[in-house]
Amino acid sequence: MTQNQTNQAAANPVMTLLYDKTVRSIIYQILVFGGVFLMGWYLVNNTLTNLEQQDIATGFGFLEKEAAFGISESLIQYTPESSYGRALVVGVLNTLKVSITGIILATILGTFIGIGLVSKNWLLRFLGKTYIETFRNIPLLLQLFFWYSVVTNAFPSPRNALNPIDGVFLTNRGLYLPVPAENPVWTAVLIALVAGIAGFFLLRKWALKRLEATGEVFPYLSVGLGVIVAVPLLTWLVSGAPTELNTPELTGFNFSGGLNMSPEFFTLLLGLTVYTATYIAEIVRSGIQSVPKGQNEAATSLGLKPSWVMRLIILPQALRVIIPPMTNQYLNLTKNSSLAVAIGYPDLVSISNTTMNQTGQAVEAVVIFMSIYLSISLLISLFMNWYNKRMALVER
Amino acid sequence: MTTLIESQARPTGGTASNRSLRWMRDNLFSSPVNTAITLVCGYLIWQVLSTILSWTVFDASFAATKDACENISGACWAYVHQNARFILFGTFPEDEQWRSVLAIAMLISGVLISTNRRFWSVGLLVGWLVGLVVLYFVLAGGVLGLERVDTAHWGGLTLTLLLAVVGIGFAAPLALMLALGRRSEMPFVKVICVVVIEVFRGVPLISVLIMASVMFPLFLPEGVTVNKLLRAQVGIIFFQAAYLAEVFRGGMQAIPSGQYEAADSLGLSYWQKMGKIILPQALRLVIPPTMSTFISLLKDTSLVVIIGLFDLLATTKSAINDPAWRQQFLEGYVFIALIFFIMCFFLSRYSLKLDRDLKQGMSH
Repeated sequence: MTQNQTNQAAANPVMTLLYDKTVRSIIYQILVFGGVFLMGWYLVNNTLTNLEQQDIATGFGFLEKEAAFGISESLIQYTPESSYGRALVVGVLNTLKVSITGIILATILGTFIGIGLVSKNWLLRFLGKTYIETFRNIPLLLQLFFWYSVVTNAFPSPRNALNPIDGVFLTNRGLYLPVPAENPVWTAVLIALVAGIAGFFLLRKWALKRLEATGEVFPYLSVGLGVIVAVPLLTWLVSGAPTELNTPELTGFNFSGGLNMSPEFFTLLLGLTVYTATYIAEIVRSGIQSVPKGQNEAATSLGLKPSWVMRLIILPQALRVIIPPMTNQYLNLTKNSSLAVAIGYPDLVSISNTTMNQTGQAVEAVVIFMSIYLSISLLISLFMNWYNKRMALVER
Repeated sequence: MTTLIESQARPTGGTASNRSLRWMRDNLFSSPVNTAITLVCGYLIWQVLSTILSWTVFDASFAATKDACENISGACWAYVHQNARFILFGTFPEDEQWRSVLAIAMLISGVLISTNRRFWSVGLLVGWLVGLVVLYFVLAGGVLGLERVDTAHWGGLTLTLLLAVVGIGFAAPLALMLALGRRSEMPFVKVICVVVIEVFRGVPLISVLIMASVMFPLFLPEGVTVNKLLRAQVGIIFFQAAYLAEVFRGGMQAIPSGQYEAADSLGLSYWQKMGKIILPQALRLVIPPTMSTFISLLKDTSLVVIIGLFDLLATTKSAINDPAWRQQFLEGYVFIALIFFIMCFFLSRYSLKLDRDLKQGMSH
């Protein structure tokens, strides 16, 4: 720097500061902060004035009050005398119920179609592509309305129920399935299943440790899967192997007994599954195709057994491509389940909607259901970050 | 199924028939398992196709009045004849209906023109802005002797297209700002952008729409009201902007850091660097995912039925609730499903083609 420039800068310290990157950045941020703060203050102020004007209570006190509306289906004890808080819990549980079932079914259907898409058979590929193009290009809500109309209008009344498989009834009041009759044994079997799964992971840990220490291979996968099946099965056999089923039976105008899926639940589940499966199929297809052929050939030429090639070489690479977008689809399915409000399935949004109509406390209700969805999303993205870190290619 | 195979197997000259036979052997009957799959698939396709065709065509009634539908097992297309006006244009006044048609034509031709890469320029952008203003006056009226039509009467296909096109138009610039903010080195700006993006991406669109319809009025000072359509539109814009911002950010991240460093070392300012070096490359990369965002936006506009706007789905639904047409629910849904399918299918094909063209352009 020459003497002249230094003099100029010294003569004009304000300009120097303005051209400083850090100072500029601070000034910008103060401006943005000020803008956001003023905007927020303005909105909050307006809201408070409006609420006062319209005589609407604020705060979350309403959660304790009696809800006074019925909910058609609930996983926990609920009556119109229960509180709003409990009604919202029912909503959350219903959302989770349809989402989890939907995720499982959509994954199964999507995986099959995805495998069909890479089949050598042209007709099968064509069928898969047609399925995807059809259901992907029609709005989900329209599909839901469509299925709901079909179920409620075109399905017969319980008296003339469709009976595709023994014990299964399709009617305009929903789907009826036989379930195992209530028996304490089933609880024991469930506990045994959880124990079996825990046993599987312990076995896997032990087997991998031994592999690293001694190089000896222990077939933990087949043995472990055996444990998962055998433990509950043994529990069931030992406790007398009850096979009694609780089958739905026509009594009067409707069925009783068995498991009843309401038309709303059935429609929502069907719509979500069919729609999300189109996306999952594409993900599975791209995952399978992402692993180069050379990987398979190289592994085989190393003398690995086909099952080992699949497990050690192909799957880990395919899953790295599949899992992130798959989680995204699971998240989408959960969010899409909020369309339940349109066909009357009592999910979180639907119950929040009723709550805000009755209490007028829109702000609180919106805050509650938005934060529940947000926390589900955040939990899943935290899991995703953890998973990505674990699965990321270690580059040297 | 049999006809399908026969028609393909029929000899049509030496080599051609050999070729098609070989193709069939390789693709349909290469092994016993494959043959079994072919037969099962063929049976399935035959079943579905024959059901659909007999319902839509062979057993259907194409007469314009309902009387002809007395004893048929297929579709009663009189439903579409009678209700098409309402389904497509909602409650827009019947005498002024040409304005709805004009609006739809303007929107569709606008999208078609924009899909041609030859027209991509600043002029197109100006054209869109002018076009949207003209469009507003065509629909709302009040000038040049046009009758005033309240937004409550805008409906059907007009509304669906309007929500989608205006939605993407305004979401794109907002998304660009959010994406730049998220990539910014200023922590406070970054935090705000991250929060806005993640909140909107973390919740379902329906909750954003409910928020826009019940909470938005509370935010405004007393006495100021914003109509329902505009509120829903604002909700859709913010929701889409959040998704689009992540798409744009992905594009910016894909640009090698050498490009950023080169721009810096040339002494370009932030806006010069972004505007002249990074964004032209990044935005080009993200055209295909932007298109799929637009497609999902088009499908998502159907959600406004839940907050009581009369889009294509809502008009169909209320036409179905008409007691005279109670039995014809399938016809209505199939009709608009076809409209949605054509629009989305065209857009997704176009995005694939664009993707191919751009990849080719870059490899040269």
